[in-house]
Amino acid sequence: MSNDLQNYIPLLMSFGLASLIATTLLITSRLLGPRIQTREKLMPYECGNDPVGNARDRFSVKFYLVCLLFILFDIEAIILIPWAVVYRALAEELGNKLFVYAEMMIFVATLFVGYIYVWKKGVFDWSK
Amino acid sequence: MPPFEQLLEWSVKIAVGFIILMTMVAYLSLIERRLLAFIQMRYGPNRVGPFGLFQPIADGLKFIFKEDLIPLDADKFLYVMAPALSLVPALMTFTLIPVGGEVTLPLLDRPIALHITSINVGILAVLAMTGMGVHGIVLAGYASNNKYSLLGGLRSSAQLVSYELAMSLSIIGVLIQAGSLDLVTIVERQGGGWGLGWHVFWFQPLGFFVFLVSMIAETNRAPFDLPEAESELVAGFHTEYSSMKFAMFFIAEYANMVTAAAMATTLFLGGWQGPGVTRWPWLGPVYFLLKVAFFLFLYVWLRASSPRLRYDQLMDFGWKFLLPLALVNVVLSATLALWF
Repeated sequence: MSNDLQNYIPLLMSFGLASLIATTLLITSRLLGPRIQTREKLMPYECGNDPVGNARDRFSVKFYLVCLLFILFDIEAIILIPWAVVYRALAEELGNKLFVYAEMMIFVATLFVGYIYVWKKGVFDWSK
Repeated sequence: MPPFEQLLEWSVKIAVGFIILMTMVAYLSLIERRLLAFIQMRYGPNRVGPFGLFQPIADGLKFIFKEDLIPLDADKFLYVMAPALSLVPALMTFTLIPVGGEVTLPLLDRPIALHITSINVGILAVLAMTGMGVHGIVLAGYASNNKYSLLGGLRSSAQLVSYELAMSLSIIGVLIQAGSLDLVTIVERQGGGWGLGWHVFWFQPLGFFVFLVSMIAETNRAPFDLPEAESELVAGFHTEYSSMKFAMFFIAEYANMVTAAAMATTLFLGGWQGPGVTRWPWLGPVYFLLKVAFFLFLYVWLRASSPRLRYDQLMDFGWKFLLPLALVNVVLSATLALWF
């Protein structure tokens, strides 16, 4: 196993330990707590009233829109990250800082236009 | 496979890390209550042990002996999985954060590095793990079959997703300065200028501001604690949770606060760097803890002194202010890096 991959082993180990803690916590309260169950106690909580309808109902489409936008802009961030990491090294290697700079600025500018478009389309207006 | 000695070192470090993290989480809850009380001119919990120091233990015991409810209409599997899903990534993240340089311990013949592991995609791994926490919250909201929970879960997911953008964009300036994704390297690069070559001083104050705000929003803390706004949503996504399952969300939230504070320290405040660290390596963890404590104090201070935002204001602030600001910071950092 290469040295780079070896460094992931502690992550796996802490994942194991964290899962172990989570399972133990889930089980202990199940074993040690009292269990006196009534129908009223197991109802969904609605401030004392009997629950009205089902909670698994339709909800605003804006939540989907936000998630879609998130994916778009997050991909942008993902593209920016490798560029940012090699920015200095690449500029050094090519001997041309402005090229590396301009390349990404064009990308950011394009995205900014998209951002303004989304804004003008009213996706960010929550109260409407 | 790595040699046995290496595995042993990792195990010990992870065990120590877990103990420290859990202690910090437990006492953060106490310190928060005491500080809030102090700010509001009350006493706060001061009965259990000297200065209420045993309060977290009492709380923990009480959580264990409470009834564990699963509502009748809940999706049982998801309902039980959700707290584990938010707790596990919250507890894992600290593995990647360096708390000090190399120190020598008594009885050991070689210096020990005060970080558990360093992988070459450190920041991305931390972002991915903090992002995983959202699943627990959304599933908790959905599985409870309670309207408050559902709304809390939805709000939380939309909020986390919006502020995660600003957060990942604010990091890019740091990456340009440091030229690495590895947290250990990032901290080492901030060692210049008598240990004060921190990114917050060297061209990243804007990035620091964006990161600070989005980190508070990411951890669902006041003034961005909309997912659990008690005046409108009872307790938000964990309304239906009781006993240890509630405690797991609680631990996850506080562990996330500690991690976020540690990340802000690592990326912008130079991690364990500070004056004199090269001569006395043991100062490293001390500086690190002090900086993390500063952020944790800030969390409590903000909670005590700022009113909660309205939901549309929150989304407006994220999308119309922080996101463009983060983009401006990217352009600014790149432009500055042309000369410096």
